[in-house]
Amino acid sequence: MNPSLASIGLLVYITGSSILAYLHPQSTLAFLLFEASLLLIYYSSARPGVKFMLGALVLLVLMPILGFINAYYLEISVEVGIYVALALGLNIVVGFVGLLNLGFVAFYAIGAYLWAIFGSPQANEFIAGGFFPLASYWFFVFLILSIAIGAATGVLLGLPVLRLRGDYLAVVTLGFAEVVRALVNNLDKPINLTNGPKGISPIEKPPLFFQPVLEFFGIQVTTAKLYPLYFYFLVLFLVLGIILVTRRLEDSRIGRAWKAIREDELAAAAMGIPVVRMKLFGFAVGASFASAVGVLFAAKQVFINPESFTFMESIGVLAMVIVGGMGSVPGAVLGATGVTILNLQLLKGLSLWLNSLRQSGAIVSIPFLGSYALSQIPAQLEPAKYERMVFGLILIVMMIFRPQGILPPRQDQRK
Amino acid sequence: MALLELRELSKRFGGLQALARVNLTVEDGMIASLIGPNGAGKTTLFNTLTGIYPPDEGEIQFRDRSLVGLKPDRITHAGISRTFQNIRLFSHMTVLENVLVGMHLHMHTGLAEILLRTKHSQAREKDARHKAMELIELTGLAGREGEWAHQLSYGEQRRLEVARALAAQPKLLLLDEPTAGMNTTEAQSLMTLFRQLLGPYVQAILLIEHNMRVVMGISHRVHVLDYGEKIAEGHPDEVRQDPRVIEAYLGHGVWAGNAQS
Repeated sequence: MNPSLASIGLLVYITGSSILAYLHPQSTLAFLLFEASLLLIYYSSARPGVKFMLGALVLLVLMPILGFINAYYLEISVEVGIYVALALGLNIVVGFVGLLNLGFVAFYAIGAYLWAIFGSPQANEFIAGGFFPLASYWFFVFLILSIAIGAATGVLLGLPVLRLRGDYLAVVTLGFAEVVRALVNNLDKPINLTNGPKGISPIEKPPLFFQPVLEFFGIQVTTAKLYPLYFYFLVLFLVLGIILVTRRLEDSRIGRAWKAIREDELAAAAMGIPVVRMKLFGFAVGASFASAVGVLFAAKQVFINPESFTFMESIGVLAMVIVGGMGSVPGAVLGATGVTILNLQLLKGLSLWLNSLRQSGAIVSIPFLGSYALSQIPAQLEPAKYERMVFGLILIVMMIFRPQGILPPRQDQRK
Repeated sequence: MALLELRELSKRFGGLQALARVNLTVEDGMIASLIGPNGAGKTTLFNTLTGIYPPDEGEIQFRDRSLVGLKPDRITHAGISRTFQNIRLFSHMTVLENVLVGMHLHMHTGLAEILLRTKHSQAREKDARHKAMELIELTGLAGREGEWAHQLSYGEQRRLEVARALAAQPKLLLLDEPTAGMNTTEAQSLMTLFRQLLGPYVQAILLIEHNMRVVMGISHRVHVLDYGEKIAEGHPDEVRQDPRVIEAYLGHGVWAGNAQS
């Protein structure tokens, strides 16, 4: 399609869908149509500069405005962002280096607990002096620190484990994640480090350093309204940062070395690539992403406990990477977004819709079969509860019809 | 000057003596061939030489330096690179990327430079791409650089393996049956390429080959392995006449005698 025509079409669609979402702040459908605009921008034949501008318009202007009306939109966007960041991290390990990691959530947990312990009164339990919780600006220090600590744990786990291949590696990483979860579950005695299954709260939120600026311009916003917006931008910038880092690594000697190891380890070594070092590095990069996201997650949730870091969480992120297309950055983004929206919006929306049908008390007449009272729709029919089943079905369908994922890596980008 | 020198190199797999005290020298500026019946230990010799298997006994001297105990990537670093008998390309990477992987050890771009995308790192990347394209053209793959490696034809894949091995800028190039499965014309053009490589691209070539026409046409020196032992060595014409070589290939007896004439 003609690029100019595509740009105009996109602009019309974005305007239309955002007005629709603005007028119907409670409508899931309207918001989904609005979210789809990002996908359309990605796929359109508009010029790269135009795409960039439109993407910025949607992410930096329209989404915050819509979110200001309905904070739930921001909540979903933040959730999506967190999973996108996790999927991008796992994509490096699984998609680029080709190491099956079933315990990715462990690094996420390490980051989350890192801030949770020191950003709450919890650390007073084992460090005397009442320094804790640390002031909120320490959040940013810990965000940086978590990258280093995540990378270090990645290397520590990788050193003994990376001699294993394939299924063996998967089992050990799975075990590692369970060890981390068991540790945070049980490290409330003899010294109370993690407060065990009871979890940690309240966790300090990041500082509202820009509030004086807003007040200067005479903008009065309650902190309750401000925080969702704040987290939205934090997650957005974290994700953009991760995408930038991933892209640059991918097109460098390091990214090529990773992919070479994935394709044929022996041949990669014969081409002069230090296989173990490169694998460790990939492990560390993925772990550092997850760990940084963990810090953000802890700050957003205010309360965390070991339940947030189960095996199903690791599997969920892995499935996002597979659905999107292993080894592809747009794929990981799309997979994570699609799956999260499916869970949080589509299935819940369907459940709500079925509920409203039930309560409407309407009677539908079906030709030849008689009439059916909608209030008799069985209560078990609740799509939101079938999350995992729907998920499993999607994976099976994908494996049959498109095993390489929705957006597999494209060769024309790698020239 | 001897570029590569193997002394009393031995390798056992359980009860099988794959290499038995093999002595072999490759001189600078030489194309040497390694021939022998199937299972003679030719590929094992390559694998031991490139660090895939550690040798049980013996010494590998390359440019007056021992290679025993080094990992494969360090041996490539020292200046030996190879192709594989059963093609081992990076299938889901483009032709250009395959060649660029070969340049890994000559790029030296640090992590910080990559993340900041400094002018320096961009210049290196551009330079590497330029060199990679030269090698792609040299091996007759121009125009295919954007395709996945697995989309190439069999002969092209063999050529890409050579291009990838050359990208590591080796002093010594090891080729494991480079013309296997090719017709005479294809094999001949590949031989012409190998002769061109000697000098501007590599100092010496050691190749394993079954196609005798190729071996006799190109080699300065031929080494013959049989059951892990080196049974003959010399100029192609000498080796062709050697009764032990004939016996290894054809067995002994009346019929072998007939075949010789």
